[in-house]
Amino acid sequence: MELRIDHAVVARARSLATAIVEPVAAFIGAHSTVSVERAVLRLLGVDGVGRDDIPLPNAVLDRLDARSRSGGVARWIGRAVAESGEAPATLAPRIAAGELDLEDLKDVPDDAARGALAAHIAAGLARVATRRGERDHLLTRLPQSAPPLLYVIVASGNIYEDRAAAVAAAEAGAQVIAVIRSTGQSLLDFVPYGATTEGYGGTYATQENFRIMREALDAVSERLGRYVMLTNYASGLCMPEIAAMAALERLDMLLNDSMYGILFRDINMKRTFVDQHFSRMLNGYAGIIINTGEDNYLTTADAVEQAPAVLASQFINEEFAHRAGLPDEQIGLGDAYEIDPRLEDGFLYSVAQAQLARQLFPHAPLKYMPPTKHMTGDIFKGQLIDAMFNLTSVMTKQTIHLCGMLTEAIHTPFLGDRALSLENARYVMTTARHLGDEITWKEDGIVERRAQSVLSGAVDLLERVAEMGLMHAIEARSFADVSRPPDGGRGFDGVFARSADYWNPFEEALRQAHAEKALAR
Amino acid sequence: MSTLVKPYGDTLDDGAMQLSFTLPIEWSEAADEAARQLVAKMGFEEVAVAEGRRIASGFSFFVVYARTPVSADVSAISAPSVKTHAMSMEEIDAFIRERVRRKIRVAGACIGTDAHTVGIDAILNMKGYNGDYGLERYKEFEAFNLGSQVSVEELVRFTRDHSIDALLASQVVTQKGSDITNFTALGELLEAEGLRDRVILICGGPRVTNLLAAELGFDAGFGRGTLPSEVAAFIAHRMADRRAA
Repeated sequence: MELRIDHAVVARARSLATAIVEPVAAFIGAHSTVSVERAVLRLLGVDGVGRDDIPLPNAVLDRLDARSRSGGVARWIGRAVAESGEAPATLAPRIAAGELDLEDLKDVPDDAARGALAAHIAAGLARVATRRGERDHLLTRLPQSAPPLLYVIVASGNIYEDRAAAVAAAEAGAQVIAVIRSTGQSLLDFVPYGATTEGYGGTYATQENFRIMREALDAVSERLGRYVMLTNYASGLCMPEIAAMAALERLDMLLNDSMYGILFRDINMKRTFVDQHFSRMLNGYAGIIINTGEDNYLTTADAVEQAPAVLASQFINEEFAHRAGLPDEQIGLGDAYEIDPRLEDGFLYSVAQAQLARQLFPHAPLKYMPPTKHMTGDIFKGQLIDAMFNLTSVMTKQTIHLCGMLTEAIHTPFLGDRALSLENARYVMTTARHLGDEITWKEDGIVERRAQSVLSGAVDLLERVAEMGLMHAIEARSFADVSRPPDGGRGFDGVFARSADYWNPFEEALRQAHAEKALAR
Repeated sequence: MSTLVKPYGDTLDDGAMQLSFTLPIEWSEAADEAARQLVAKMGFEEVAVAEGRRIASGFSFFVVYARTPVSADVSAISAPSVKTHAMSMEEIDAFIRERVRRKIRVAGACIGTDAHTVGIDAILNMKGYNGDYGLERYKEFEAFNLGSQVSVEELVRFTRDHSIDALLASQVVTQKGSDITNFTALGELLEAEGLRDRVILICGGPRVTNLLAAELGFDAGFGRGTLPSEVAAFIAHRMADRRAA
């Protein structure tokens, strides 16, 4: 059911996205952040907490002053390993406690530091590669059902309750489980440690919580004969660290947007741009599918009006993702079914937008988000709106389908709500499975015209952004009607310029792996 | 005069109701019977389990119809509405010019760890909600939207530093009563700082009712579907009343 779209306009959109991202990429290449460095430490095996429950990656990095940090934390750890012969994991508690002063090691030659760290870098990469291999193997042995992949959220605040809910949801047909994070976590400049049972609106993302959930889902995957995917959030101030943890614990998807934190959480834009890049490099290597957050443009403003902004953001997200080495198959661009149910032909507009995204990003595992804004306490009507959303998704071949909850407006889902929601989706997607293949859109009809107007609106927006530059465009309210200054917002103090001899061994290795892969293709 | 009311199925006073719930047990005929007995123990009569099925291992879902023998006396209930003054933006601006005679300073925020600004944005942002403009658009309001995850302390400090007349606290996340805890903390801190009488204190969120607001000692509470003009009209009238007093 292809819509006729002007490919020259699409090409224009992509070249604008390239022009928009280019200068930001130059900034990214010249900077690092505290969270990037902490992710490096985690990949080198540093984990756990020290005094006052401060995570060791934070405690170790805090031991370096700004100047020492600008060369990257890896070299310092390499020096310590070269001197002591011990592993980074063993050295970290001593560095954190002040028993070992990294600055004392500044005369250890670079070659020695790099050489000493080589085995630990290889080990970190191997751990990630092994987890990726496990996933590939499991997906072959325990194949998923056909997309749209039914995705549900658990959010009790207690990882053990989440685990029970996740297993029940998987049994009821869920193919992807996302553990929503506690509401405050995006603004924490550290990742909490260990299993957690207290959280508001969600459960803390910790490596142990990841492990607990992965283990439970692996068990239920075996029982059901199909692989159940696990999702969390690489967003907020600790994007790269969460990506590292997710890679080590075989998460399958991560929410990972290039601009979401800037616009909706007031996180500094420079911090976000640098962080999203390294986290996406890791996701690329780990085989993790990213989910972008364009749905947020629609929940906060009018969905009909904002459709071009969604598309423009998808092009920008795609460009940032490509630059980080993510292949199309791992770029889950977001959209949502948020049009006012009272609007005449609103369903047609939703179909037009969803189909347009499908055609413009044919290999991307598109993430389709359910209605939230117009959901009310009337759960009966809610179930009906969700059914129309389900129909749109199956018709337009969306890949990742976040199941809408009839109780969306009331509470975080009850176990029974999830089951009803999954039944709704399974029913609609079964009964209308091949509807999309049977439809030919009327030439120049409502749907086609809508798609064309969204596309041309997106190009207009991209033109304006390209002219201003992305950072200034964000300041000038080009996205989501929110203004964020380049040096404002949270986490700006954690951004720093790389020195001439900056070294991030994982970035180096991942870039090389990506180049080799591109060459092989 | 009392006005007793009961749920209506298809005949006056038949008391017919529908219930649905999940039990943490594997489905069986005994599970259906357990569901029936539970509802009967709640005092319902003629309990019929219309649907009972397994939804996951160890969990069953039920849809039950039953009749209640009890009724409520509507005439004995007072639930004050805050939405009594239906006015347009122009009318409200004119009302403020005439009756308050200065701009009203309003601040709003999602308090605590809540990051969901959809409610506060709908009321304050220029754009508004459902075709009804937000307070930023009004000529006679000076509106400050402090955004998400604002601590109670920050909000109180802002209130004092900016001589705020009306304060809007929003809570979308309600898990484990966090909304009530945060609203209560805000009321208490304003009280402690001696600011409570100086501001019109309003709470909002999907679970907020005006009755709840009254219990928390707030001046008003606005729930889901509230239009900015409803909040604006309430604030304008309350300011006018204060000026007249």
